[in-house]
Amino acid sequence: MSTHVQLEIFEGPLDLLLHLIKKNEVSITDIPIATITEQYLATLELMETLSLDVAGEFLVMAATLIHIKSRMLLPAGSDEPDEDEGTDPRDELVRRLLEYQRFKEAAEQLERREMLTRDVFVRSVTPAEEAGPRGFREVSVFELLGALKRVIDRLPKDSVHEVTLDKITVREKMTLLLDRLRSLGNILFDALFNDVRSRMEVVVTFLAMLELVKVRAIRIYQEEMAGPIMIEAAAGMEEAAENAVIDETEEEQHGT
Amino acid sequence: MERDEVKSILESLLFVADGPQSVQRFGEALESVELDLIQEILNELQSELAGPGRGVRLVEVAGGYQLRTAKANADWVKKFLGGRPARMGRATLETLAIIAYRQPITKAEIEAIRGVDVDGVITTLLERNLIRAVARKDVPGRPFLYGTTVEFLQLFNLKDLSQLPTLKEMEDITLPKIAGDVIALDQGEES
Repeated sequence: MSTHVQLEIFEGPLDLLLHLIKKNEVSITDIPIATITEQYLATLELMETLSLDVAGEFLVMAATLIHIKSRMLLPAGSDEPDEDEGTDPRDELVRRLLEYQRFKEAAEQLERREMLTRDVFVRSVTPAEEAGPRGFREVSVFELLGALKRVIDRLPKDSVHEVTLDKITVREKMTLLLDRLRSLGNILFDALFNDVRSRMEVVVTFLAMLELVKVRAIRIYQEEMAGPIMIEAAAGMEEAAENAVIDETEEEQHGT
Repeated sequence: MERDEVKSILESLLFVADGPQSVQRFGEALESVELDLIQEILNELQSELAGPGRGVRLVEVAGGYQLRTAKANADWVKKFLGGRPARMGRATLETLAIIAYRQPITKAEIEAIRGVDVDGVITTLLERNLIRAVARKDVPGRPFLYGTTVEFLQLFNLKDLSQLPTLKEMEDITLPKIAGDVIALDQGEES
């Protein structure tokens, strides 16, 4: 091992391999697997000596390299079934390296472009849009709760006590509401509950709406006190919404 | 409306515009003015601003036109604004490149290409609005499929995705069969 310690931060095992291939001035398509494996393992050892955290992926690649190396030692196609005959055990690795290298180059090309806030700048914008359109006023939480109560009161009271396990999630309702906003642009608060049948569904729908307000995907307005409440897509709805929906899913997955 | 008047109004609109604006958008704002004329004047403004001694450029980006500072002045502008370093790490750039070229793509597919976990990077990119979940893939687990956003185009000064430089082709090698452009995980790795 050379005493010249190069402390490069490798993005991953493929990155390290590419580095070694370049350093040895060999071709990706004809990797001297023994040499490269040796140097790869030496680098891992070095990283461990330096107490760098060697991620699991590096070890998986080490195993792959050793596996390929051992297969290279076998006489070609001796015991192997026909399907393997003629294939180089390095093929899959070569394909992955080339694939990764293409994107590494693509990333470098991207970085060479005129980047906003690094090379070029735009006028800083004052967010005037958040003031709300057309003289609408923002709705208070109390007014929202009042409106919610009216919706619940409107539900048929005489219905038999249902014990159904309708699994309506807040996330589903969020997605539904977003879909409707995408096609309509805005919806009346009351219209939100038009086809809602159960108390539970009202609550879930309401929560979904609140969640979307929280992430600024939608805005809620009212033209006048006690007037109809309007739900509208906010400027950054798509991005905010996608993030919110993802967050919800993650929470579900982690079983919170 | 006089031609000069249209030109003057267009310049004002470009100045106040939040983000790139399309010719159509200007057409709506200017009502009776022909789109052809608007396009012609935008081209004119563009070449005027490209001239010597000018510090603002009219750039075609993300499907519209936007005023941006001249690249040559970057250091001065940064200093003036109080230079916060906006460097983007390699992991971020690589992941972004993969998503840009392969969208829509799942996290697992990105990881197969990069050979490392991309959880953190994806979160950062989502937070910065450079990517978004565009759909779910119809495979077990229904993972999100990610794609780039308008902000991505703006960041890298791209008119649209077709402006991305073409990826170098994989040549001169015997390739194992690849299903679609989904990269199968290395069998040896899994076992």
